[in-house]
Amino acid sequence: MTDQTNDRTASVPIIETTGLTREFRVRDGLHRRTVVAVDDLTVRIEPGEAVGYIGANGAGKSTTIKMLTGILVPSRGSVTTCGLRPVQDRRRLARQVGVVFGQRSQLWWDLPVRESFRILAAIHDLSAAAEHERTDELVERLEMADFLGQPVRQLSLGQRMRAEVAAALLHSPRLVVLDEPTIGLDVLAKQRLREFLVAERRTHGTTLLLTTHDMGDVERLCDRILVIDRGRLAYDGDLPGLSRTVGAERVLVVDLAAPTPDLTGIAATRHLASEGGGLRQRLAFDAEATTAAKVLAAVSDHAEVLDLTVEEPDIEDVVRRIYASRRP
Amino acid sequence: MRAAPAGPSGVRVLRVLRVYGRILVAGFRRQSAYLAAAFGGLVANTMFGLLKVAILFATVRAAGGELEGYDVALMSTYIWVSQGLLGSVNLFGRIDIADRIKDGDVAVDFLRPLDVQAAAITTEVGRSLFNLIPRGIPSVLIGGLVVGMALPDDPAAYLLGALSILLGITVSAATVYLVVAAPGFWLVETRGLQLLYMVVSGFLAGLFVPIWIFPHWLETLAQATPFPSMMMYPVDIVSGRVDTSGALVLVAAQVAWLVGVAALGQVLTRAGRRHLEVQGG
Repeated sequence: MTDQTNDRTASVPIIETTGLTREFRVRDGLHRRTVVAVDDLTVRIEPGEAVGYIGANGAGKSTTIKMLTGILVPSRGSVTTCGLRPVQDRRRLARQVGVVFGQRSQLWWDLPVRESFRILAAIHDLSAAAEHERTDELVERLEMADFLGQPVRQLSLGQRMRAEVAAALLHSPRLVVLDEPTIGLDVLAKQRLREFLVAERRTHGTTLLLTTHDMGDVERLCDRILVIDRGRLAYDGDLPGLSRTVGAERVLVVDLAAPTPDLTGIAATRHLASEGGGLRQRLAFDAEATTAAKVLAAVSDHAEVLDLTVEEPDIEDVVRRIYASRRP
Repeated sequence: MRAAPAGPSGVRVLRVLRVYGRILVAGFRRQSAYLAAAFGGLVANTMFGLLKVAILFATVRAAGGELEGYDVALMSTYIWVSQGLLGSVNLFGRIDIADRIKDGDVAVDFLRPLDVQAAAITTEVGRSLFNLIPRGIPSVLIGGLVVGMALPDDPAAYLLGALSILLGITVSAATVYLVVAAPGFWLVETRGLQLLYMVVSGFLAGLFVPIWIFPHWLETLAQATPFPSMMMYPVDIVSGRVDTSGALVLVAAQVAWLVGVAALGQVLTRAGRRHLEVQGG
């Protein structure tokens, strides 16, 4: 009430944790020991950010998300999400947050997709007008019109994930948390989903927090990356910074018309391997230092290129290097 | 009830009714996807109903045509109404939310602005109400046509009976939630509890024989549990075994059990939520 600044735009963070810690007691044979899943995590995320939260399996990603959304009680430290205390204010927070768990469904398995949306609209107390407008928007943007009347159990994985995302976003939450949203999807389906999320963020200013094993998700969706290692924050910054830190390289794979000696002299590249007596060669290059096109041009000076692919660095690789750099 | 009360509290009530009404309908419609299973259940109900007819009619006749107030016609009504309620009153101890707690899907439930216990019970009641259509009503019709039964003359009995059936269904869902689902916040495995519930509930709810022909001590014991509220009391009211004032007493007992069981379930849910460790992704 007496808040003098009263300045909302001056960053009330959408997520703020201080020393957030969660321990689990696990049984190990006859003994019980304590495992620290999240260790002294202090992080602040502003409204409108798109944050990729990455780390190896068991690094503490899901545990963090559960604490941010009020499913799990922290052992120590504090957390506020959308200005609320997640555990105590669970129901109020649920109106402002949408969560997609790639592995868990929030749809009614036996009912048509449309019916799940209607139930969720009632749960979130949307007016009839808001319900129609938002449902129409999501159906159109996520191209769901063809399967709206089908029971959820009959959907393909790609269709189901689109419906899951729509279900989580139906109440236009300020914060959307996506836990492995593109897992198992084919390239086209991933692309569609990413495009949708980009558009959603642009039109509604939604804050995104996503965990993923897919570098494509991070590159196309996120402007900030958090890497977690054994419960501790190992990196917090943007993608180019991450690449600089770990030197994440891309790999150009070229199929050549004739056996060629190892292409070792191309500027800003490193020759990794040759197969078939030099018919197929793999060259690593740093995306900061050069481009795939330049490398290709340089290769073409040496041999005729029949085919090519560019391999992205995968998340596991990036994470492994970050971890390695932290462990002497 | 009819006129929407004005003011913020009235608005809140309407909002809650809309939400849980929609969840009730969802449970009802989900169950409608399993008509074949419902038909199978009806066949089984009918077979066991005929078995009960053979045994209990013989018992009544052996007792000289009347046993603890039951003649053959009243016993027939008891048998077919109780068989009909078997698809709706939860005497098996299985409940969706128990599986969701076990495999961690309950996380999704906690991410909704809902009371998890109330939503779970409402869903179960919705499913149970659907089952009255393919299992409850046909069971009573088959029994009435094949064997014949006594029916109350007083229209109030039907009205109170319908209310009592709804309460019985709700008490059973709330009790299963309390004794089978909620302990899952602490226990890894609740199948033992489910089995125990199944064995005890059918017996004390009066599924096999009316609790009124139990020995006195056992009848008293049964009435100290919520189980007769699930099936015996609604059957008593629908069959006209009790008059209107007796029916009101039974309905009051049902309401009291519902409040008690639901309140305990609420306490366990609140404590359990803080204990919950959702495993895996």
